[in-house]
Amino acid sequence: MSRRPVRCYAAGAAEGPALVLAEPLSFWGGIDAATGRVIDRSHPDLGACVSGTILVMPGGRGSSSSSSVLAETLRRGTGPAGIVLATPDPILTVGALVAESLYGIQCPIVVGGIEGIRSGPRLWIEGGWLTTVQPAE
Amino acid sequence: MLAGEHGDAAAFAMRLIVAFAESVDAPALLDVSGAHIDGCLYHGQVNLDFVERMVAGGGRVRVPTTLNVGAIDLIHPELIRLSNPEQAPARRLMRAHEELGCIPSFTCAPYQTTFRPAFGQQIAWGESNAIVFANSVIGARTNRYGDFIDLCCALTGRAPAWGLHLDEPRRGQVLFRLTGFPASLAATDSLYVGVGLLVGSAAADRVPVIEGLPPPASEDQLKALGAAAASSGSVALFHAVGITPEAPTLSDAFGGAAPAAVVEIRPADVTDALARLSTVADGTPLTAVCLGTPHFSRAEWERLLPLLPDPGTRRPRVPIYVNTDRATLARLEADERLDTIRERGILVVTDTCTYLTPILERLDGVVMTNSGKWAHYAPGNLGVQVAFGELHDCVASAFEGRIVRVTR
Repeated sequence: MSRRPVRCYAAGAAEGPALVLAEPLSFWGGIDAATGRVIDRSHPDLGACVSGTILVMPGGRGSSSSSSVLAETLRRGTGPAGIVLATPDPILTVGALVAESLYGIQCPIVVGGIEGIRSGPRLWIEGGWLTTVQPAE
Repeated sequence: MLAGEHGDAAAFAMRLIVAFAESVDAPALLDVSGAHIDGCLYHGQVNLDFVERMVAGGGRVRVPTTLNVGAIDLIHPELIRLSNPEQAPARRLMRAHEELGCIPSFTCAPYQTTFRPAFGQQIAWGESNAIVFANSVIGARTNRYGDFIDLCCALTGRAPAWGLHLDEPRRGQVLFRLTGFPASLAATDSLYVGVGLLVGSAAADRVPVIEGLPPPASEDQLKALGAAAASSGSVALFHAVGITPEAPTLSDAFGGAAPAAVVEIRPADVTDALARLSTVADGTPLTAVCLGTPHFSRAEWERLLPLLPDPGTRRPRVPIYVNTDRATLARLEADERLDTIRERGILVVTDTCTYLTPILERLDGVVMTNSGKWAHYAPGNLGVQVAFGELHDCVASAFEGRIVRVTR
């Protein structure tokens, strides 16, 4: 078990398998809210499903409509359990806060170092720490 | 306000603004004196739930607030090809914004009619073309707001003090220099669209400065440039040396500093960028012509009308749709021009836009447009094929029923 400090931008605790995206993703035009799948044809992780994962990516990207799409996935239950970013993203933060305020669904958004995290092992976000529950072999 | 003394809606809005400010490291908030909301277009239930929460919480905008387009033409509802159940939430979303005190402008070009901010005015605007026009052509100050946060700024009259609200981040960073063009370079609409596309795709998140543009024939050409740059990229502010208000000289545009990068734009680059907009060859049969993205101004109507033959002589072979705003429509009506327009076979669309919502009779064909923005988004949004051309080419093609280019 290893843990690293993170700064919290949207509150909450979450656990799930890590999904590490190689590049920033715009939720608008990039995620199908009905399924949680990556639909941006130019994205290297096309087809990956963010539902229930701890989504790890360098940052957000693109349209401000990503706030709506993130909040809509959380409403539908197709969204990520939590998000870890290398740099803060106001668009995603607002989407998570709106979902929490309207539906009581938390999707913590934290910012910290993401180097060395790989897809698969379970991550746990709580109280300013990002913990790898099941370390890489 | 956070404590709720101005009501639940204002407290909720302020909570979101504070969280947004923390995410962008803004040290403080500042007052805004206008807002433009891009929240009327229905993306999903969450948009409606959010606005209903603000209505229920006693929300009321604290600054003059205009509304961007919705999914329904409330003045010409017969144009919208959606069933009543599909229309209901989209309609309610537009009405709910009015209940918050927003002005029912439903236009992406409020700066030409309902509310034109002043130079230096702090505003919180949504919608990419409106943002880039307000910042660049007028010199008002806004970041790229949108989705939820634009309405929060309107309900509180506050915005995070960061980015393009401040002096330093408004300075140019990358220079785009027109090179190899004739000295008598004509200010065609296409030139502005082409330059906008190139600047948008190469500027990334840097503020572009354009040198060598001829003086525009109208501000509509700068509107087209900004809309194209905000479609091919995410440009929120550009400077055009000798044209836009914060760039009387190259040195002013860069605040005395040197450009971080210089990109040359040559005639062939513009030609290529425009050619890439068209997905079909000249001569291909058309199913429609779409004009007015962003919304057609009164000046653009005055350019269009003389290009149309007298009614009773020839009719266009395919529908010509023109998106415009309510205020311009009302002026045309007051001037008794509207009947003439309809008699010439023009379909006037207000409150929305033909690339956003099902309006076109046929989505299986080819549509010609004079808008770089329409050409950029419509193939993805609607599934149509598209051809880009000058206004007079679009009109001539509508009467021929196929793509033609007129030599002038």
